[in-house]
Amino acid sequence: MAGLLLRGIKKTYGTVKVLHGIDLDIKSGEFIVFVGPSGCGKSTLLRLIAGLEDITAGTLQIDGEVVNQLAPSKRGIAMVFQSYALYPHMTVYDNMAFGMKLAKGHSQDEIDKRVRQAADVLQITPYLDRLPKQLSGGQRQRVAIGRAIVRDPKVFLFDEPLSNLDAALRVQTRIEINKLHESMPGVTMIYVTHDQVEAMTLADRIVVLNAGRVEQVGAPMELYHNPDNLFVARFLGSPSMNTIPCVIESGGSDPRVKPDGCASIPVKATIPASAAGTKGTFGVRPEDLEITTGDFSIFRGTVDIVEQLGEVTLIYVDVGTTEPVVAKIANDIPVAKGDKVALTTELRHLHVFDEKGIAYPRT
Amino acid sequence: MAVAETIAEPAAQAGSDLLRQRVRAAWIFLAPMLIVLALVAGWPLLRSIYFSFTNASLTNLEARQWIGFENYLSWITLKSGKTVYDGLLVDPLWWKSVWNTVRFTIVSVTLETIFGMMVALVLNADFRGRGIVRAAILVPWAIPTIVSAKMWAWMLNDQFGIINDILLNLGLISQKIAWTANPDTAMLAVLIVDIWKTTPFMALLILAGLQMIPGDIYEAAKIDGVNPVKVFWKVTLPLVRPALMVAIIFRMLDALRIFDLIYVLTANNAQTKTMSVFARENLFDFDKFAYGSAASTMLFLILTVITILYIIIGKVNFEGGR
Repeated sequence: MAGLLLRGIKKTYGTVKVLHGIDLDIKSGEFIVFVGPSGCGKSTLLRLIAGLEDITAGTLQIDGEVVNQLAPSKRGIAMVFQSYALYPHMTVYDNMAFGMKLAKGHSQDEIDKRVRQAADVLQITPYLDRLPKQLSGGQRQRVAIGRAIVRDPKVFLFDEPLSNLDAALRVQTRIEINKLHESMPGVTMIYVTHDQVEAMTLADRIVVLNAGRVEQVGAPMELYHNPDNLFVARFLGSPSMNTIPCVIESGGSDPRVKPDGCASIPVKATIPASAAGTKGTFGVRPEDLEITTGDFSIFRGTVDIVEQLGEVTLIYVDVGTTEPVVAKIANDIPVAKGDKVALTTELRHLHVFDEKGIAYPRT
Repeated sequence: MAVAETIAEPAAQAGSDLLRQRVRAAWIFLAPMLIVLALVAGWPLLRSIYFSFTNASLTNLEARQWIGFENYLSWITLKSGKTVYDGLLVDPLWWKSVWNTVRFTIVSVTLETIFGMMVALVLNADFRGRGIVRAAILVPWAIPTIVSAKMWAWMLNDQFGIINDILLNLGLISQKIAWTANPDTAMLAVLIVDIWKTTPFMALLILAGLQMIPGDIYEAAKIDGVNPVKVFWKVTLPLVRPALMVAIIFRMLDALRIFDLIYVLTANNAQTKTMSVFARENLFDFDKFAYGSAASTMLFLILTVITILYIIIGKVNFEGGR
């Protein structure tokens, strides 16, 4: 039972500020994913939790105990590194047993039992006598995870564990990590990635980080449907949400916006009446758009690029704005470059953001 | 399928052509070095091996005669029935210099390895001004041996040397010591200078090995809670071992041939006379050119045997892989 409490966590390297005060409550047994573009500080935050870096300011509590000054090995954590960080000169067995052997207080039988149990869970028993260099990338990653399991941690830390694997293996290992989480209900997992698919599929809650700040924390679908701001809206979802500058025409009971180059559109969002006349941003996800032949449409334009991905087709429609509008449509709809199309969506799928990029809550 | 088959054959042909071209290019690039090596290393080596089987003397090199193994070992049986042996292999002075060399090598290389490792570990850590310290530490090694030997000779001088002065003032010695001349301290003096001079080289080679070790396994060890001393013995040392073994062999070959330092610092001291000094003495000072050649040849053989033994016993891996 190990919850984490982060209060005002700051990290600076010399004069460079990397983290600007992170507040976060992580519940025991939760699977938390830190996601964000490179350089956003997500790995640094993980390393602070691990104790591999010193916290410049703020407090970190694990299990209600302030651990700022505690050595990594005393924090009840285990970490899986991106590069696996296996000891190259030790067999798989020794890699997994090394920490316990030197920690003292564990009998030979106990170590052996734990290593074999972990090896069994990860199906690496046949490789226990091999050296890391004799294993494939996926097997090495399992050994790294196995080494972490053997430590019997309260908190499991993953630093981009899948980024060195090929696509197929990544999906497979992702599923295994998910199973692992289910099999260890009391263990909190914190996972760093830049891959939003990993974030969406693994997380109980996602923490979106940007430039050393938390942009939003929430369940994956909550973040997807109700992004707090433009950054989160654009970061989650692939391709990114179409965002077009707009003018808020009216708020109150009949909110309407007028995106650049389009007609006025009613929206389902709580916009104060006083916001009328201000600028904002209008957003709609590519997967929410569809081609229509009816009277009502949001965008009209010429198809510029057609990308057939197999299961879906992406069309880039030039609607007169600087960026083309992207729509994800079914693969059996015949569209060709140069076609004139009209795109529409249900009004509940629309997003509106104010001048500062903060979302107006959707109704 | 048919298409694949038709291209397969010419492709294979082109492949072997390409291979032949590459082999040729490799030989062309290697040739200058092989020729130079043959001229400056191969030829002199063969010459001195040849001279060791003759009775050549420096004053009249041309009048030499082939005498077989007599320089190495010869014997005559006296009328009394007593056999008298002669030659390098029964020369106590030669064996004394072999022992001096081996003793010098073992002590100097061992201490240089230990100190070099310590220096390398310090230099491997991240600290401000590391670049300058790394450069500064190489200074002793960058100074020509003759210069540093002369420098130390003055410092160790029995009358005016600063070392005697300091030790006297500190009260550690009661009278001045003739460091380089005294049979008891001559070897010590040579060792001090050699270790001072060569530790940086050792440190640099070990440092290169240390930097090959990925940093994240140290973080993994930190999380595993392994204490730094154990990390050194269980992680750093096994991983730096290949580089360490190569560094030791370099130093060992150097130490077994040591000449210049001893020649300058403690010339004519029986306690520090090494194989190289012995060979040179016979070659040029004693006008026993053939005998000196035999000593050189023996030196070469001893070096070869020790090196081969070291490579086999130490399982040295020159490939640099783990």
